[in-house]
Amino acid sequence: MLLISCPNCGPRDETEFHYGGQAHVAYPESPNDLTDREWAEYLFYRENTKGTFAERWVHSTGCRQWFNMLRDTVTYEIHSIYGMGQPRPELQASAASAGASKSDPTQPGEFTQSGDFGQASAPGLAPGATAPTATTPISSEGV
Amino acid sequence: MSADHLPEHPDFLWRNPDPKKSYDAVIVGGGGHGLATAYFLAKNHGMTNIAILEKGWLAGGNMARNTTIIRSNYLWDESAAIYEHALKLWEILPEELEYDFLFSQRGVMNLAHTLGDVRESVRRVGANRLNGVDAEWLDPQQVKELCPILNISDNIRYPVMGATYQPRAGIAKHDHVAWAFARKCDELGVDIIQNCEVTGFIKDGNRVTGVKTTRGNINTEKVGLCAAGHSSVLAEMAGFRLPIQSHPLQALVSELHEPVHPTVVMSNHVHVYVSQAHKGELVMGAGVDSYNGYGQRGSFHVIEEQMAAAVELFPIFARAHVLRTWGGIVDTTLDASPIVGLSPVENMFVNCGWGTGGFKGTPAAGLTFAHTIATGAPHTLNKPFALERFETGALIDEHGAAAVAH
Repeated sequence: MLLISCPNCGPRDETEFHYGGQAHVAYPESPNDLTDREWAEYLFYRENTKGTFAERWVHSTGCRQWFNMLRDTVTYEIHSIYGMGQPRPELQASAASAGASKSDPTQPGEFTQSGDFGQASAPGLAPGATAPTATTPISSEGV
Repeated sequence: MSADHLPEHPDFLWRNPDPKKSYDAVIVGGGGHGLATAYFLAKNHGMTNIAILEKGWLAGGNMARNTTIIRSNYLWDESAAIYEHALKLWEILPEELEYDFLFSQRGVMNLAHTLGDVRESVRRVGANRLNGVDAEWLDPQQVKELCPILNISDNIRYPVMGATYQPRAGIAKHDHVAWAFARKCDELGVDIIQNCEVTGFIKDGNRVTGVKTTRGNINTEKVGLCAAGHSSVLAEMAGFRLPIQSHPLQALVSELHEPVHPTVVMSNHVHVYVSQAHKGELVMGAGVDSYNGYGQRGSFHVIEEQMAAAVELFPIFARAHVLRTWGGIVDTTLDASPIVGLSPVENMFVNCGWGTGGFKGTPAAGLTFAHTIATGAPHTLNKPFALERFETGALIDEHGAAAVAH
């Protein structure tokens, strides 16, 4: 089971979450102008990355907030958790060499109503959690 | 103990040749679908200068990991046609391949637990009969008569309200199915090349002319992809996309038990499917893990939920122990139907998207895909399963319609 650090609630079991598939898929700007092929792309075609994948999750039985996650689809290691509307973070080649520069969200609290997230440290960590940077694996539990 | 005391090694069922420089067709993926495709290419279309490239060992992916259920009671006409054709092939293949792979037509029961289930099931029985698929509706008492260990009392959250039953459905020994196809392919002259991973494709404009592999480049006129969970990875190498998401799908077996379970029981609502293998293990599976994954493993809560469902339906299983659990990678589409046909790349063909139900489709996938590769046009049976349906909107939506336990 994955251990997922909800940005608002902290580390919780995977069973509290629901999966939302690929992140950063925007609704078409001009839906009426799309060809059938473009509609098919929007509706049915998603990346199916083998490796680091940007995806959405929602904490259904917790704060009910959506967030984004960078996760490895082979090892299931979670590399980063970041807010809706935030760009996909760049992953350092080595997590150990990652600086804190990537950990500072440009828009703290953007995806949470509570507003207390984002001041402590990295996105993807519960308020008050001690912590690695956003590029450090937060959880890598599998079965 | 010295080697002198060991018995003679039994005959090998296939050669292990080195790849040739060139073939008339190359099949990527040495699982059930790849083997069946090569078999029908050789047998029906006389194409024997062909190779199957397998990155690992023969039939070591989903062919080794599925729960071996074979049935054809799908709702929609297109699905009923292709799966029923597959079932008819299953019925003659042991003789044709001269190999008894223990196809046991012990029937498959799909339980109904809600009024919605009952309506859907009765409708599906009607649709099946109109399509020539054997199907019956059973009331709870008839369910109990067919499968005495099933709990049909109202002391569970979702009591059994009836079931659909397909008597001709059943299970087969998956490994033996692969070996049966492999032996025949080999006899017909097909090169089965294991430990040969495809790393890229050679193209002339938009036409594929060869395959790059870990064992060198191979020229070929045609390429057929039968790579299940890795179909997207191969398509990306070839320069096109597939509407596929790869998910882990887990299964488990118990220790060996006396024969207690006479049929196959599937429950979409409580969500587990159970049969008893010839050797005696209870074999169970359920839905995919929700997240995308290529890890051939999933999360334990998925296993836990299916065992809970099994114990609720079969109280006798409460003292059974899990022997092992495992996972495979299934290639799911949004309409829960496969993609078998042409690809955007000339002379390259795709057979994928069978998701959680590929094993039962093996013979029909092979037959229709071989036809498509050999003639360059789809067989009547796989024509509706073209990639274009995601653009035209002619989806074959078997989600929740086909007793599909996703």
